[in-house]
Amino acid sequence: MELRISARGLRMAFNRRTIFAGIDFSVGHGETLLVAGRNGSGKSTLVKILCGLLTPTGGKVEMTGKKPLDVHARRGQIGLVAPYLQVYDEFSAMENMRLTMALRGLLSDDGAHRSLLERLALDVRRSDPVRGFSSGMKQRLKYALALSHRPSVLVLDEPMANLDTDGMAIVRTIMEEQHEKGILVVATNDPSDVTAVHTRVDLNDRR
Amino acid sequence: MTAAETPVRRWLRATGAVFMKDWRSELRTRYAISALVMFVITTISIILFALGGEGASPEVLSGMLWVVIFFAAMSGLARTFVMEEERGTAMMLQLTAAPSAVFAGKLLFNLVLGAGLTVLTVVLYLFFISGFTVQTYSIFLATITLGSIGLAAASTIIAAIIARANTKGTLYPVLSFPILLPLLMTVISATRLAADGMPFSEAFGEFQILISYIVVVVTTSILLFEYIWKD
Repeated sequence: MELRISARGLRMAFNRRTIFAGIDFSVGHGETLLVAGRNGSGKSTLVKILCGLLTPTGGKVEMTGKKPLDVHARRGQIGLVAPYLQVYDEFSAMENMRLTMALRGLLSDDGAHRSLLERLALDVRRSDPVRGFSSGMKQRLKYALALSHRPSVLVLDEPMANLDTDGMAIVRTIMEEQHEKGILVVATNDPSDVTAVHTRVDLNDRR
Repeated sequence: MTAAETPVRRWLRATGAVFMKDWRSELRTRYAISALVMFVITTISIILFALGGEGASPEVLSGMLWVVIFFAAMSGLARTFVMEEERGTAMMLQLTAAPSAVFAGKLLFNLVLGAGLTVLTVVLYLFFISGFTVQTYSIFLATITLGSIGLAAASTIIAAIIARANTKGTLYPVLSFPILLPLLMTVISATRLAADGMPFSEAFGEFQILISYIVVVVTTSILLFEYIWKD
């Protein structure tokens, strides 16, 4: 199923303070949406709206496959990596992978989980509690969790946060591969993180 | 996921995952269990010292039993949602699990924790508070069963509401008191009937109120939870 995400007249305000307004875009399979803007311009807010975690003050976001998806179906298609998305740190990396799959109502495949963790260089620490992980390792685990259910839409908010050069290289490969699998959405302060941008939403001065 | 899997099966798996996550997390961290056990032991000790060797009427002792259970529940059952907010994991749950599965899993966890709390309190209370004797065990067992279900159901939805607020500590007792008052008045009345040795049929009215209370709270919670749960 090839998806398309469209936004029309998106507006968001908190306590009468408008964060952004008049946001329109449409992005389809194999394309990348770049959300750029200064700190406080509303990048993370827009990402949360796309993921169905926040309701916009005005306008709407639609994800359509054969037909429009409701908010729960939309979340099922999305893999999100973001600084404000926390993992359960009393559990191990493997337990977090199994838990995320079960929460989505899906069966776990330990072999697939291990190869994902291996790809993100976390396999040797897969049984250790996450509370002992560095911030970079936690960021890698978030990638493993986001990819575990093979999402059609990969949403990355500050994708390179806390990563070392090896981690950044892995993430660049993941972003390139996502073009084959579906839609890539990247919100970042540093647009050089992303190559091959099809649609760009600049949130600076969108009030 | 196999093609044969139904939405109900997936929902059950998600509900079970929420319950097992909370249970494993509790066994590893012991946040709620420690708070509950310490509260029950401390409160019963204080009641023992306060009473000294003197007895109190079954009415007073029945009320005090539920005061212990009520305040212990307040200190432990709210943690299920508050912890998710404090640790920042609520968003992970919102993103991955259906709201109804989150509510059902949390309710199930609070039911188990609430049942454990009630059993512990009742056993210690019967053992240490010598003036409190139960003469009609059928009424007593039905009351503590329905009472702990009602307490867990109401605590779960109240916890979901207050977890979103900045003033969690203050808001929980303020919000829970009016919601739990009908439940507490009814269980205290039914416990007094059990202590007085009344026949089972005498407590039918109380049981009808308790069952109605549980049905109303659970139904309302299911209808409202999605709105409470989303930002």
